[in-house]
Amino acid sequence: MNWFEKLLPSKIRTEGGRKKSIPEGLWTKCNSCNQILYRAELERSYGVCPKCGFHERIGARARLDMFLDPEPRVEIGAEIEPLDFLRFRDSKKYRDRLIQAQKSTGEKDALVVMTGKVKGLQLVAAAFEFSFMGGSMGSVVGERFVRGANICLERGIPLVCFSASGGARMQEALVSLMQMAKTSAVLARLNAKGIPFISVMTDPTMGGVSASLAMLGDINAAEPNALIGFAGPRVIEQTVREKLPEGFQRSEFLLEHGAIDLIIDRRNMRDKIHGLLAMMTKRPPA
Amino acid sequence: MKLSFLDFEQPIAELEAKIEELRYVGTDKAVNISEEIGRLEEKARSLTETIFSQLTAWQIAQLARHPQRPYTLDYVERIFTEFEELHGDRRYADDPAIVGGIARLDERPVMIIGHQKGRDTGEKVRRNFGMPRPEGYRKAQRLMELAERFKLPILTFIDTPGAYPGVGAEERGQSEAIARNLMVLSQLRTPIICTVIGEGGSGGALAIGVGDHVMMLEYSTYSVISPEGCASILWKSASRAPDAAEAMGITSKRLKLLNLIDQVIPEPLGGAHRDIDATIAAVRQALAESLARLDSKRIDDLLKTRYQRIMNYGVFKG
Repeated sequence: MNWFEKLLPSKIRTEGGRKKSIPEGLWTKCNSCNQILYRAELERSYGVCPKCGFHERIGARARLDMFLDPEPRVEIGAEIEPLDFLRFRDSKKYRDRLIQAQKSTGEKDALVVMTGKVKGLQLVAAAFEFSFMGGSMGSVVGERFVRGANICLERGIPLVCFSASGGARMQEALVSLMQMAKTSAVLARLNAKGIPFISVMTDPTMGGVSASLAMLGDINAAEPNALIGFAGPRVIEQTVREKLPEGFQRSEFLLEHGAIDLIIDRRNMRDKIHGLLAMMTKRPPA
Repeated sequence: MKLSFLDFEQPIAELEAKIEELRYVGTDKAVNISEEIGRLEEKARSLTETIFSQLTAWQIAQLARHPQRPYTLDYVERIFTEFEELHGDRRYADDPAIVGGIARLDERPVMIIGHQKGRDTGEKVRRNFGMPRPEGYRKAQRLMELAERFKLPILTFIDTPGAYPGVGAEERGQSEAIARNLMVLSQLRTPIICTVIGEGGSGGALAIGVGDHVMMLEYSTYSVISPEGCASILWKSASRAPDAAEAMGITSKRLKLLNLIDQVIPEPLGGAHRDIDATIAAVRQALAESLARLDSKRIDDLLKTRYQRIMNYGVFKG
């Protein structure tokens, strides 16, 4: 971080730069290599820089759209909406934060779940919306995840989840912590029934989401260079008072340390996940 | 041991000091001042009652972290017999921030798993201030499965600021270790009783906190993030921790109202450390009673109820 970024309040820091994954206008710049890119080209390559392979953060719907076959798709749990049941108020009211997030993202909460197919293989896919309060997991995220997983249990079809989250949603206090138990418990049922769950961790997957559903895949995958971990790098730096090693908590680091099975380039996501699931469910190759 | 007082207890501390002084004078000069001492003691008691009847969430957080508060091994020593500590995760190390082992509650063999903080500086460091690393959670998981195999009920004691945020902990998969415990606990075929005795710090607490009966000592806390952590993120200043504590509702009373815990175990006047015997007796009784209740249930029913309870967590519209 340079001196100027340090001066900025952390809020501005996180929302600047990377978040604007695909900005307005015909041209855009890669957030990693600074190459000027034709916007349509970046979209065609699923938000992956064609020059350097950098994976831009993408929204939940864009994610599911590029992952699932066009038809059929049915959204699950769209009717579930968040509540400010604690009347939580910090510098802002939780209620206002929700309204603001709903306006800016067009989503009711931070997880979108759909039944659909990938190359004809039926499954349930879930994707976190990081722009919705940092993809934080509260009651709605937990409940939608469970409803999606329950469909997997009923129909015996696999579950795939793309996570992108800062962790539990503080504004729902201990109830949000309990979503870790809730999502992990339903995964225990999938596990017992031999229904595959593939977890794909994308940038970033931290805290309570990483310490529950995201790390519990039969296969744990990650996109390249995603930040994945329990504690945030800044917290760790403050605790241990030393500089963190290069590439710390990045996908490649996790692969090296045995925490994930493989890294999947977004442009191959459909092929790879389909291939894995087809083998796990003993289907013929595509 | 000399009692140590928290900031908000200063008026009580002053009175207690005066009483001590009088006692000293009393033995010295053989003047009968027992009446005066009695009067002051009564005053100290009613002052304590007043202060403790209107504690803020932040003050309760201070009590939950009180340096003289009983820790897991204090309960283990005085409630159980034949405790054999079992060490290690069989993969990497033994984490002293989590202790576990087999013991008897009355005659009944049980498995104990709990966070352990240190009392003096050396032990604090050795036990990493009660902040476990992945090997601690993996030891806990090993003991959970051992308990299931031999049909021993599990009693957990929760008292941690949180899972340790360190480089090695991340390298060895802190997230996975916690997540795996959550998954295992939800399906474990043996009764599980969890008691928050001090700090219930986030995922680091929950990793041994999923069970059939969850209790909290009156002045313990349980929260998704520490008040300081929450304040520094949402208020941009750790000094707003008292506000964060209030907003998150981290106290046993609030959490019981929200139905997130089953039982509050009352503490003696002034907190657990003021009368450790009474505290431990109360915990012992609560454990014995809830164990008897869970024993009367069929294991399949127990698991169904546990699962249903976990699935019911959440407040939303629709």
